Amino acid sequence: MNIALPKGRLGEIVYQILEEAGYPCPVIREENRKLVFENQAVGVRYFWVKPSDVAIYVERAAADVGIAGKDILLECQPEVYELLDLGVGKCRMCVAGKRDFRDHRDRTLRVATKFPKTASSYYSAQSRDIDIIKLHGSIELAPLLGLSDVIVDIVETGKTLLENDLEVKETIVPISARLIANKVSYKFKYEKITRLCCRVDEYCRENREADQ
Amino acid sequence: MEQMQSEQTIQRLRELYRGYGYIQYKMSKFEPYDLYVHNKSFLVSKDILTFTDADGQLMALKPDVTLSIVKNAKEGAGLQKVYYSENVYRTSPMTRGFREIMQTGLECVGEIDLVAMGEVLMLAAKSLEIISGDYLLDVSHLGFVAGLLDGGEVPEDCRSELLKRMGEKNVAALGGLCRELGLDPEMTEDLKRLTVLYGPPARLLPQLEEMVRGERMASALRELQEVCELVPEGHLRLDFSIVNDMDYYNGLIFRGYLPGLPSGVLSGGRYDNLLRQMGRGDAAVGFAVYMNLLERLGERETEFDADVLLLYDDKTPVPAVLREAEACRREGRSVRVERCMPEGLSFRTVRKVG
Repeated sequence: MNIALPKGRLGEIVYQILEEAGYPCPVIREENRKLVFENQAVGVRYFWVKPSDVAIYVERAAADVGIAGKDILLECQPEVYELLDLGVGKCRMCVAGKRDFRDHRDRTLRVATKFPKTASSYYSAQSRDIDIIKLHGSIELAPLLGLSDVIVDIVETGKTLLENDLEVKETIVPISARLIANKVSYKFKYEKITRLCCRVDEYCRENREADQ
Repeated sequence: MEQMQSEQTIQRLRELYRGYGYIQYKMSKFEPYDLYVHNKSFLVSKDILTFTDADGQLMALKPDVTLSIVKNAKEGAGLQKVYYSENVYRTSPMTRGFREIMQTGLECVGEIDLVAMGEVLMLAAKSLEIISGDYLLDVSHLGFVAGLLDGGEVPEDCRSELLKRMGEKNVAALGGLCRELGLDPEMTEDLKRLTVLYGPPARLLPQLEEMVRGERMASALRELQEVCELVPEGHLRLDFSIVNDMDYYNGLIFRGYLPGLPSGVLSGGRYDNLLRQMGRGDAAVGFAVYMNLLERLGERETEFDADVLLLYDDKTPVPAVLREAEACRREGRSVRVERCMPEGLSFRTVRKVG
């Protein structure tokens, strides 16, 4: 079973969950430049990919399953099964802007974002005409320099916003990490994938209960 | 070589369909745009390539074959059984821009009964069998799902959202949406159970019986039971997460999968609702095989471009060159004749004439 993990902090947390749910792969913790990590004993092969690419790896069956943030899934709309909400990596997709910004509906709203599809579908549901400015990073800078009126971005603690005199105007949708599976892999590796799902789900539930 | 393989597959599929009395349907590359624009949501990809004809009529490069077949099938003329093998022009969500896609399939239009439906499902299974012995055919029944939603008095406008979540097998979100809509908790549980169900009919059909509420579900289940007996059990799976647009499809729907391919290669079902939308009273069932996906199948890379490279120069007599090459070919090897080693090609053996 090929598993795509999102590079970065979320990936570390997710690997920890998979390890404790019975899918360990000790070589992954070694410091080296390897890209693929295999543990034949439990039948898994892990690899790190850019978080926004996880959905593509899974959709095209290079990975049987993968873990991706709901933000990425909303943006790419991949043809995959979304089997499980891991309940980690929690944040929310928000509209944010300068604290003193007043929205005038008679003007075209300029929106800077990494998530153009999510932003445009949110505003078109309100029949709002907007001007999307696609950026790849440092989104918070856009309203400060007058590049855009507001931003659509994921907010975890809101600390960056606060320090830059910005605030959340609206919450679009809550986000968390999801376990996704390729639709064809799911059928041909049904037992393996559902077993993985069950174990991870159980582990996550127990953990959540322990937290409470 | 790959090209040849898929040509052979198409040839064998044609023979299969002809063996069941299906007649080939040929159509031109383009048709009036009107046909497609009225039934746009039936199409797999919503984008259509258009151009203006000599007389100013707006034409479209065909994005689909089914619509044309249905339009041209006469109502009340008994069963019309046709197969086709045509190029269609579509965009895919993964790659922007149009692609030419080879599609083979068949349609059966008219008074559809269990025999006709069973035959189409059987042909779908046999088509997959021709391509790979290791196929899976997933079957669902929209009447069963719709019956369940009817029982829970789910308003029409919420249904597509529910179906979308079923298609993702996203049980958590499905449950959340049902709660939000204030739907009957008992129906919600059944809907969630239905979404995760996956397996051979023998194991699952008894579970479905417990869910039956109302005549619509009961008759859908009877239909499922009957057609499921026609396809080799080992290859058949029930999966209610395959959902097509209920505006067009109703009843039995199915998808075919092969190991090693990222998405389904066969898709089909019963689409009486499309005919109703076109103002007709009869029924139809059919399927399409996406031939373009098959080139990914069987990573049997051909190592050599030809078995033998036969080299000659100015001194070699012409007949000697050609005769030797012919002799080689008679032994069943492919031979390429050249003056010098061509760049970028590879051969099993390279030798000089003589």
